[in-house]
Amino acid sequence: MTDLNTAMIEKYRTNFLKEVEANVEEGEWVKMCMQCGVCSGSCPFGPHWEHPPQEIFMMIRAGKREEVLTSSSMWMCTSCYNCIVRCPRGLPITHIMHGLAHYAKRLGLAPKEQPTAKFAQLFWDNLTKKGRVNELMLGLQLYFMNGFAEGIKTSLKMKDVGLGMWKAKRLNPLEILGGHSCKDTSGLRAMLAKAREIEDAKIAKFGR
Amino acid sequence: MSKKQYSFYPGCSSQKAASASNYLTSVASMCDVLNIQLNEIPDWNCCAASIGYAGGGELPRLTLSARNIALSEQANPGQDIVATCAACWLATKETQERLHKEAELMKETNEALAAAGLKVKADQNVRHMVEVLIEDFGYDALGEHVKKPLTGVKIAGYVGCQTNRPFGIAGESFENPKYLDKLVETMGGEPVENYDKKVSCCGGALAFSEPEKSQALIKDIIEAAYDGGADMIVTPCPVCQMNVEVYQGQINQKYGTKFSMPVVYYSTLMAVAYGKSSKEAGLDGQVIRAKKLEEIADK
Repeated sequence: MTDLNTAMIEKYRTNFLKEVEANVEEGEWVKMCMQCGVCSGSCPFGPHWEHPPQEIFMMIRAGKREEVLTSSSMWMCTSCYNCIVRCPRGLPITHIMHGLAHYAKRLGLAPKEQPTAKFAQLFWDNLTKKGRVNELMLGLQLYFMNGFAEGIKTSLKMKDVGLGMWKAKRLNPLEILGGHSCKDTSGLRAMLAKAREIEDAKIAKFGR
Repeated sequence: MSKKQYSFYPGCSSQKAASASNYLTSVASMCDVLNIQLNEIPDWNCCAASIGYAGGGELPRLTLSARNIALSEQANPGQDIVATCAACWLATKETQERLHKEAELMKETNEALAAAGLKVKADQNVRHMVEVLIEDFGYDALGEHVKKPLTGVKIAGYVGCQTNRPFGIAGESFENPKYLDKLVETMGGEPVENYDKKVSCCGGALAFSEPEKSQALIKDIIEAAYDGGADMIVTPCPVCQMNVEVYQGQINQKYGTKFSMPVVYYSTLMAVAYGKSSKEAGLDGQVIRAKKLEEIADK
């Protein structure tokens, strides 16, 4: 979506905070951060963030658009919601991180080889296909998301985990043939397409 | 006691031969004893969990849950929606609350739902099964059905994240919720006191995409249970259960540990204590066998 990216740069040339407020889920909360750092200290993946949440908030306000949107940081969110319940200002930080990650992906700026960005997309594609997750296919796609050779290596490494699950009847090899599904998949897809259309129209409106 | 009915959202992981199918087995046995009737939402779909955000924007994700709520209103009018999976509960509850509060979101959501011939009102509560147990029954009533108390079994109550935050169970704190410990006690077991990692994160969905970082967290969760003298861990969440149970072999290889710690659901404990068989309690679904529970169930 490079065109959308260009449009957004034009529109918000001087104010990345406004861009985030208008287009990112719960983005209007970003200005409320008081830089205490409780979020970063509470994050189970804290040490792995290139820029921890409160730094991301300050960078947004400082107009560091490129650095924020191309960062792997937001993709470190495990959705544990620790930051949300501890934030003294009540910022919905988990949602903002999901929102930033989604916005970066939509603009084509998310880091290409970021494993969670890839896996999260696989998950979405998997669930929207039939309305329900096909766990076997999701696992296989995950193992092979970095190519065939890597996939074989990962599969071998994961063999015992898979066997354990299979023996406990919690993994079904037959899911490769299709697996669980909603009945009204066409209605479900039409509904999702409509939701996406409504959302795109809003972003495009801000972009113009 | 009269039958209690709920509109049930089982979720993807609970389906036949899926990763938490044993959870559903034990829930069904537990509900049988408590005279709970779960009316499955017809043709329910995935809630997009906590990892759908890369491909799915805010509205498409919320619309997925809205579809389930709409189907529930159609098929099971007037019934609270109950989920057993933490992520299912969180996503559905978040959607219900936001639709209720935000008129524009409600309008857009219904516009999208119309493409599937549906309409949502979202005025029914969305609850986790644990809330049903605590609020609609209470510990004393739950204890009345115990036939085989879990005497001498020491259990670490691993609450984890998403049944605890951001919503949590009413009356419990985010930092030290007590309901699993109380449930263990009610079933005649012995809860691990001051379980250090009670509300720590297991990595969630990132156990798939960031296995090494997540397994470091999981290792600490299991280690703390051993430190407290636990025979097993109990959890209310399918992702917690799977993450903490199935990677123990890999963790042992990497860290030189000798973990072999069973991880069960609260409903597993209850089904066993209520006198159900190993199979009815879903114990054959353990990757690491919960032998102490099998012994009690087979007695």
